[in-house]
Amino acid sequence: MSEFFTTTAIVATLASGIRLSAPFLIAALGESVGQRAGVLNLGVEGVMLIGAYAAYNTALETGNVLAAVFVAILMGVLMGAIYAFITVVMHAQQGISGIGIYLFGLGITDLLFQKQVGTPKPIDGLQSTSVPLLGDIPTVGEIFFRHNALVYVAYLLIPVVWFVVNRTTFGLNIRAVGETPEAADTLGVSVTWTRVSAILIGNGLAALAGAALALEIGIFQYNLTAGQGFIAIALVYFGAWRPSGIMAGALLFGIVSSTVLQWKTLGIVSGSASSFTAMAPAVLTILVLVVVSRRIGQPSALTKPFDRSD
Amino acid sequence: MVTTENPDTSGAPSLKALWYGPLVGLVVPVLAVVAALAVGAVLLLALGASPLTGYAALIDGAVGDWNAVADTAIKSMPMLLVGVGICIAFRTGVINIGGEGQIILGAIFATLVALAVPDLPSVFLIPLVLLAGAVGGAIWGAIPGALKAYAGVSEILSTIMMNIVAAQILSFLLQDLLIEEGAIKIQQTRRLSHNADLPLLPGGTRLHLGFLVALLVAVIAYLLIYKTSLGFRLRAVGHSPDASRYAGMQVKRSVVQALALSGACAGVAGAVMVFGSISHRLIGEGGATAFTQGAGFNGIVVALFGGLHPLYTVPASFLFGGMLIGGIELQRELQVPAALIVALNGVVVVFVVSSLRLKTKLQRWSEDAVLRRGRK
Amino acid sequence: MLEMRGITKRFPGVVANEGVDFTVRSGRVHTLLGENGAGKSTLMKILFGLYRPDEGSVHLEGTEVEIRSPADAISRGIGMIHQHFMLVPTLTVAENVALGLGGAWGSSDLRPIRQRLVEVSERYGLEVDPDAFIWQLAVGERQRVEILKALFRNARILVLDEPTAVLTPPEVTDLFTTLRQLRDDGRGLVFISHKLHEVMEISDEITVLRDGRIVGNTVPESSSRESLAQMMVGRPVLFTRTVQHHDPGEDRLVVRDLVVQGDRGNLAVDKVSLSVRAGEILGVAGVSGNGQRELAEAIFGLRPVESGGIDIDGVPAGSLAPKAVRSKGMAYVPEERMRDGVIGEFTVAENLVLVDHGSPPYTRWGFLRFGAIKRQCTKLVQRYSVKTPMLETLTRSLSGGNIQKVVIAREFSCGAEVLVVSQPTRGIDVGAAEYVHEQLLGQRAAGAAILLISEDLDEVLQMSDRVAVIFRGQIMDQLPRSEATAMRVGRLMMGLKAE
Repeated sequence: MSEFFTTTAIVATLASGIRLSAPFLIAALGESVGQRAGVLNLGVEGVMLIGAYAAYNTALETGNVLAAVFVAILMGVLMGAIYAFITVVMHAQQGISGIGIYLFGLGITDLLFQKQVGTPKPIDGLQSTSVPLLGDIPTVGEIFFRHNALVYVAYLLIPVVWFVVNRTTFGLNIRAVGETPEAADTLGVSVTWTRVSAILIGNGLAALAGAALALEIGIFQYNLTAGQGFIAIALVYFGAWRPSGIMAGALLFGIVSSTVLQWKTLGIVSGSASSFTAMAPAVLTILVLVVVSRRIGQPSALTKPFDRSD
Repeated sequence: MVTTENPDTSGAPSLKALWYGPLVGLVVPVLAVVAALAVGAVLLLALGASPLTGYAALIDGAVGDWNAVADTAIKSMPMLLVGVGICIAFRTGVINIGGEGQIILGAIFATLVALAVPDLPSVFLIPLVLLAGAVGGAIWGAIPGALKAYAGVSEILSTIMMNIVAAQILSFLLQDLLIEEGAIKIQQTRRLSHNADLPLLPGGTRLHLGFLVALLVAVIAYLLIYKTSLGFRLRAVGHSPDASRYAGMQVKRSVVQALALSGACAGVAGAVMVFGSISHRLIGEGGATAFTQGAGFNGIVVALFGGLHPLYTVPASFLFGGMLIGGIELQRELQVPAALIVALNGVVVVFVVSSLRLKTKLQRWSEDAVLRRGRK
Repeated sequence: MLEMRGITKRFPGVVANEGVDFTVRSGRVHTLLGENGAGKSTLMKILFGLYRPDEGSVHLEGTEVEIRSPADAISRGIGMIHQHFMLVPTLTVAENVALGLGGAWGSSDLRPIRQRLVEVSERYGLEVDPDAFIWQLAVGERQRVEILKALFRNARILVLDEPTAVLTPPEVTDLFTTLRQLRDDGRGLVFISHKLHEVMEISDEITVLRDGRIVGNTVPESSSRESLAQMMVGRPVLFTRTVQHHDPGEDRLVVRDLVVQGDRGNLAVDKVSLSVRAGEILGVAGVSGNGQRELAEAIFGLRPVESGGIDIDGVPAGSLAPKAVRSKGMAYVPEERMRDGVIGEFTVAENLVLVDHGSPPYTRWGFLRFGAIKRQCTKLVQRYSVKTPMLETLTRSLSGGNIQKVVIAREFSCGAEVLVVSQPTRGIDVGAAEYVHEQLLGQRAAGAAILLISEDLDEVLQMSDRVAVIFRGQIMDQLPRSEATAMRVGRLMMGLKAE
């Protein structure tokens, strides 16, 4: 254990914690937009996988990281359109249709990977870029300012999502539709379109989160996300539907993950004990849900389909 | 409104509506599956394979001969058990996505019992391992139940997390404590006691006692939900927790009971999957989904398909089991990756769930049509 | 300015409107009068674009229009004050008003809205804090926000669906002042109500609906409460009921210094002390949201008691669960009958045994005994004249009045001697309401102690032996029936103590 408590190890852990928090953060921010509009999307995991594979494959084919990110988001939005149709138009039970999306994402990415790529080939993923000046600060710079572009994007999304939800008419519509859709409807706000847009944003971000993961590691494999999408959903509850709270949760999970990894690297845990560290995020999620279960801030119309004639 | 003031005329025709309802209830999900298969055909075409050959292989694999039918029945068994549990949970208004974890815990508990008392005669050991499976699953269901009832944790999220934890427990046990002693390190137990083997049913196929167990559980669940006062309470809580509370029922306890019962059904599935398997071992190689074969998720679909009625879940699970077994044949025939079946599975889930509202709408519409006709 | 011609709207098995003609004129208050279920709301939902008519047409300023959605109605200058407020509780007043005004992507700058809000509210005496969250506001204030929302969208025609149902008499007076001002501005107002004295006071013309058809057009000058009531119900209605006096017995239910928290951790019930004697009805009057619901729920064990005590027959019952409270001889008719009183998806029979299903003779060895249940339910349905096609009919398909009869049958037949009855006649037709009142008096005569909680002041004054007035969780005063006049109780309901 003592080898963990060295400055180098701790700085490395914190830095990689921030790095690992990025996919959580992006996916959870996206999910929070959908939930504020009253739609629970349990398919985040599947959409992340699709985003990850899309980014990986595009990067493999073209070598262009920007194109990879673009294609990933596009695929996410496409999945969002499907999910929106299922839940908003067809009024399907949101929890279960999300599982369907998850299974689809899990299967289709593996299928395509085996068919199109076959053997794992690494790609040139995202390179870390040091922020000028700030990156040169000792320790602090190492922890905060030497990451890849998508990590910065993830943290920039926090104020952006906050602004959109709290300071734009679109955000006002989202909040109204997630809370009292009947009221929004009587004022001529389209519940359907507001929810559809929120779902598209959420799925686009989920796919971006997957891309961030794949481009960071530089490979794709079966079930690459390994439950991160589900944890991202829990983070929305953890953060009480606020971007700042979600950030805190994402950081917490990022640092827990990086600590577990660091322990493995340092040989502090090994073999069967690593099963316990692997279940740590899940257990932590449950504990966190117990603590924050007061449900303050939960949109009242979450998971409830809206039908004017009902 | 007008009808309600002299509704006495509507009594007789609504009996007729009882015939239309199940018909629509059957047709719509089947159409949903057909639509999903159409999407599958597109996928197959995209992969450069012929959907016609594919689906012919699928049907052949599912019901081609008695062995295929038996395989279908074996495949549908765990889904039926989980699905029956899902019926109980959903009727109580609880969404149980934790079938995967509950299967695993049931399998672990059953395995531990078989390892502890391997020499017990079959007459005692088989019921005992099934019971152990039920207990394991029940515990894994009761935990999220209690978290929902007493701490307000959404069961949707907690059951998913419990799945992850269960998978890691399985992996942990099979890496160390329960692993078969031998040269190659495969994550599996040794062959478990012969006394716990589920006996084969006559007919020369691989079909075993587990099939009857699953049918029995479905019947018991039906009686429980519709014929007992416990079931009455669970349904009351499922429809309206508020009215149930006002009527003096203990809503929180009902939620825990429902998830525990639901988990118990899945736990029995876990036990059946261990002791009815060809290898008669608990195998963790290839991850948890390799062991559960996704039955924890598919049980949900099967239950929804069966209209959340335990008895209708029986044919629904057969249809599904046939599709999955046939899918293996399809994949073998066309030389496409097995992942196709997982993807298709997801598509089917989406289509079936989406069709539910259509189904209720059509059912109401047909009831109304009958009512209107009765009026004229 | 607006004309609806020959409107017919059918729902499966129901004709909600049949050949209805309705006109709104500028500078006039046109009242739509009718019982619950007479088709008033349906007609107005058609006008507001929430439903499409099966037959008939809508004409605005002489040209035929098709109103496709609420947005369409709003853009044509039609505003609606819904009976159940269409407000988002987690948004502020200004945000609620702004909702739907801007384009989809603009930034929502609330400053101009706030400014105009202040102007409009001053002009019509509709004071409200633009930055308050809706959930912080009292009912009367929420209604003002609803009216402001409509005025903000330049509503030329304003439909008010049962606007006085939730107000105290003095608040009603204020509302009427505002309405007259709006009328004098040249707007056309539609006032929906079934309270006859209000209708007589505010209307310029009156249209009476019954069973989806128009049964009369009149003006207040040539009609009386009695004539309107007869048109509305279709038979003569008694307005005064003589409640026979008899001496009550001993205290059955005693509440001492009860303190209960509301849903948001607020102080909902503040040191309430009450006692109800055998053979007595204690009426609790008050405006909605002043702690009545929390009081009833706490007495019934549905809500934790912070401090103070509840005794049933001298035995403390303050910390018991509902089941235990019921076993002490208490029954409860909840105010939200569809949510708390019955399970809509259950059959009539299942709802009738909702409480007793688990005990003999309805259950043996854990299994339900359908024969015994059927016998009992057949008896109850006859005894309480519940109109239902079959015992197996789903409860949600019954009318409000019959659903309430199901609740009453269940709660009054279990031998309870202490009854907590909340809003027993809200939203049900006159016939059913009379029936409920008869049953209450029957229970009183049989010696039950009844706590009657109602927002309908007329009902409280008519039924109670004594009247307690609740305001902001406190009992303002308790008056014997002889001293409880509408004006005196009305003032107390607003928290005005001194006369």
